[in-house]
Amino acid sequence: MTAHLPILQVIIPLMAAPICLILKRAKLVWLFSLIVSVLAFSVSVLLLQQVMTSGVISYELGGWQAPWGIEYRIDKLNAFVLLIITSISTLVLIAAQASIEKEIPKDKHTLFYVLFLLSLTGMLGIVATGDAFNVFVFLEISSLSAYALIALGKNRRALWASYQYLIMGTIGATFILIGIGLMYQMTGTLNMQDLSQRLPEVAATRTVFVAFAFVTVGLCLKLALFPLHLWLPNAYAFAPSIVTAFFAATATKVAIYLLIRFTFSVFGLSFSFTTIPLQTVFMALGLIGIFVASSTAIYQNNIKHVFAYSSISQIGYMIIGFSLSSVTGLTSTLLHLFNHALMKSAIFLALAAIMFRVGNVQLDNFRGLGRQMPLTMAAIVVGGLSLIGVPLTVGFVSKWYLLTALLEQGWWPIAALVLLASILAVVYVWRIVEVAYFKEPLPDRAPVKEAPLIFLVPIWILVIANVYFGIDTRFSVQVAESAAQSLFGVSL
Amino acid sequence: MNLSLELMLQLAIIMPFLSTIGMVTVGRFPNARESVTITTCLLLIYLVVQLYLGLSAGESIAAFWWELLPGLSISFAIEPLGMLFALIASFLWLVTTCYAIGYMRGHNEKNQTRFYVCFAIAIGAVMGLAFSANLFTLFIFYEVLTLSTYPLVTHAGSEKAKKGGRTYLGILLFTSIVFFLLAIVSTWFVAGTLDFKPGGIFAKDVDKIVAGILLVLFIFGIGKAAIMPFHRWLPAAMVAPTPVSSLLHAVAVVKAGVFTVLKVCVFIFGIDLLAVLPTTQFLVYLAGASVLLASIVAMRQDNLKARLAYSTVSQLGYVTIGALLASSAGVIGSSMHIAMHAFGKITLFFCAGAILVTLHKSKISEMRGIGLQMPLTMGAFFIASLSIIGVPPTGGTWSKWYLMIATLETEQFVLMVTLVLSSLLNIAYLLPISFHAFFPNLSRFTSANDATCQTQNAQVSLPSFAIKEAPLPSLIAIIVTTLGCLTLFVYPQPLFELASAVLTGRE
Repeated sequence: MTAHLPILQVIIPLMAAPICLILKRAKLVWLFSLIVSVLAFSVSVLLLQQVMTSGVISYELGGWQAPWGIEYRIDKLNAFVLLIITSISTLVLIAAQASIEKEIPKDKHTLFYVLFLLSLTGMLGIVATGDAFNVFVFLEISSLSAYALIALGKNRRALWASYQYLIMGTIGATFILIGIGLMYQMTGTLNMQDLSQRLPEVAATRTVFVAFAFVTVGLCLKLALFPLHLWLPNAYAFAPSIVTAFFAATATKVAIYLLIRFTFSVFGLSFSFTTIPLQTVFMALGLIGIFVASSTAIYQNNIKHVFAYSSISQIGYMIIGFSLSSVTGLTSTLLHLFNHALMKSAIFLALAAIMFRVGNVQLDNFRGLGRQMPLTMAAIVVGGLSLIGVPLTVGFVSKWYLLTALLEQGWWPIAALVLLASILAVVYVWRIVEVAYFKEPLPDRAPVKEAPLIFLVPIWILVIANVYFGIDTRFSVQVAESAAQSLFGVSL
Repeated sequence: MNLSLELMLQLAIIMPFLSTIGMVTVGRFPNARESVTITTCLLLIYLVVQLYLGLSAGESIAAFWWELLPGLSISFAIEPLGMLFALIASFLWLVTTCYAIGYMRGHNEKNQTRFYVCFAIAIGAVMGLAFSANLFTLFIFYEVLTLSTYPLVTHAGSEKAKKGGRTYLGILLFTSIVFFLLAIVSTWFVAGTLDFKPGGIFAKDVDKIVAGILLVLFIFGIGKAAIMPFHRWLPAAMVAPTPVSSLLHAVAVVKAGVFTVLKVCVFIFGIDLLAVLPTTQFLVYLAGASVLLASIVAMRQDNLKARLAYSTVSQLGYVTIGALLASSAGVIGSSMHIAMHAFGKITLFFCAGAILVTLHKSKISEMRGIGLQMPLTMGAFFIASLSIIGVPPTGGTWSKWYLMIATLETEQFVLMVTLVLSSLLNIAYLLPISFHAFFPNLSRFTSANDATCQTQNAQVSLPSFAIKEAPLPSLIAIIVTTLGCLTLFVYPQPLFELASAVLTGRE
């Protein structure tokens, strides 16, 4: 059984999706999906354990040998990402039942769970597989279900947002496909490990350069790096709240994982960072992205927009860490991958709870919520503090690592700018705090009660995780650090 | 014995935090809630005094909590400077709580449970800060202190409170994140450790330019020390209820700032290195300018609390100067000034609050003649003013004395003149308040027009003069701190011993 863990990780949610259609009754489907997600979570825990103790796991699909057949390859890096995805999906699914009650028409509830599981399958597949073409297949599974999930949003603008995402996402996916095709043309293989061995021979050719460019740009579209982020704010703002909570914590993370995988493992460090000026480009874009997105966040009145822009700026931090191409830099990126997932899922779940009680998340409707929904608002405050990077929260840990990584290479002006940018986070978080705690509720909004337990439990698990992993950093730092080290040591 | 002292150290930090649970549980019954606070205060004082006795007996007291990141731990160790700070803060917490009970009830403030809870958290943070064994631990509690005092500053919930809170949080977080954190990470990077060590942690051959830049980052980053141009948060914080202004913004928060400055100067840089850094001189002059400018601004304030706030900004500059002079007299003067100014300024704020609660007056121009109504309060105000100015028979004399000696020793004559000038300015903005309070018809200090108007007012209200003092708990608090000012003049020995042990290590 344990030998089949890598494929079980992907196949369980994949098989579960059609079963949902048979079960039909919404509540039953919810319970079933939750169980599936818990199973996937347990699998990822076992995988991580196995990888940390005994090294890389290679699984040949259908028994076909590696370069010809499809190989699933789990190392520390993707085991870590798998864990992030499955843990968040489980926590988010708990609250889903109540949340979609208000936001999605009754007859589409089953469909929602089907799409959710498919999207989960896609993400897990992207991360688990060691085959470049397989990546594309799963990318499409996750993206197509994502478009549909976003379109489920009650607000009619969800359709437009979903359409925008569809166009941009498809361009991104196509670019990636073109890149993979070019690599295949040059090397005749699709297996990532095989690619990494064959690519250096042909590295000097223009075709490989073009392949690299296509893959990178395609991925940057997917991970919403400034200035390719335009699809993200509306997609996050108008999707059903649960979908936003799930995607904000996982979707862009998967794309960043792919970026790391392609640049470090497939193309190799020396090609990505010496032949091509990736460092300058990424550091500049990351920094501009942080400032532009954070300043935009300050002026948004839809709170989902605020945190969507904040997500874009947080991606900037990850990209800066990545661009340093050092062990500490990559560690900071991986740490922030984990930490940011914790913050944003906590915040967006809290927003889902507010959506459930209040009906929308315009800033004006936050008036008086500090008193009416104290636990939910407290969760947003803690999540916000974590975003700012206050000590004893996870945000501080990733910030600390990013700063040391920057100083290690003498980039102290960038370090100062990064710190300056966190002040912008103070501004957009505190705007919400002031409205929620100091203003009387609008007269035309009926007083609301605290969110039901079904929301509060997952929200507060995440909030406590935000603090816990900010104090006990052994797990996250150890995994992130050893994953980064192994990427720098022997590539794949 | 050793073990139990260690336990006491940790208890002293945890207990204020734990007491909040008790306060919230019995929050609906004010008397029970206040007894929880008072009990915690008393226990805390007991613990701190025991620790003090342990330290005097030569014990070394330290505790290790948790390694947050490899090499960066939350750990605590007691040294004289932290001891001094903890003693003052815990004692004045008790006094302030007495005062606050009278004030908050007299003023019918809302959300009193939240008030006491945040207060306790702030004190817990101060304890953690005072006893921290490394810069990292100190930074954590520094930020906890900022965040826990925000709800206190904005207690009134009004538009003005919100605005004040914005400035407060904005400046304190900005400086601490952009400068202080950067300085800490860089120090960690340059020195490889963040532990406080007598004589500093930088290697002998450290680049003077780098260390000089770090010093600037530290001094700007420690926004709580309110060196101009990062002082605006302190006047902004005056929208808070008076007990908050008195304990937190005259003692705990601002003293946490200058305490951190002293700690950084003595235990991170070491005074030998400090003396040769290229930026020290610039920072000393900046602090000197801050002293003078704040005094001048203070003279122009008509709101009593605002005047006191600017006076605090100016007095904090003294401590920073003392620390940056890099001489033993300077460090002694600074350490003593932390205590002396604490007692003086808290008394002044108590009086300001008492006037507000009893007579509902907050403007200095309205305070003529109130000495006849509140003789005890205004008498205390007078004595505390003397202590701030630094003349006998009050404690403030001693710290000024040592600071002056330090300027002489290091031949910083410009600074000596600055200190003298500042004392004169202190006289000019503090003493008229009590003079006019007792002699309403004395009009020499005001313009003719103003004076006639004032005299008329005074004459109108003269017949109604009846003694109307502050609520009893508040009055007791005022008397206790005033006696403190006087006692510290007659009996400064323990304080002086602690202060002079700062440089030499344990007593």
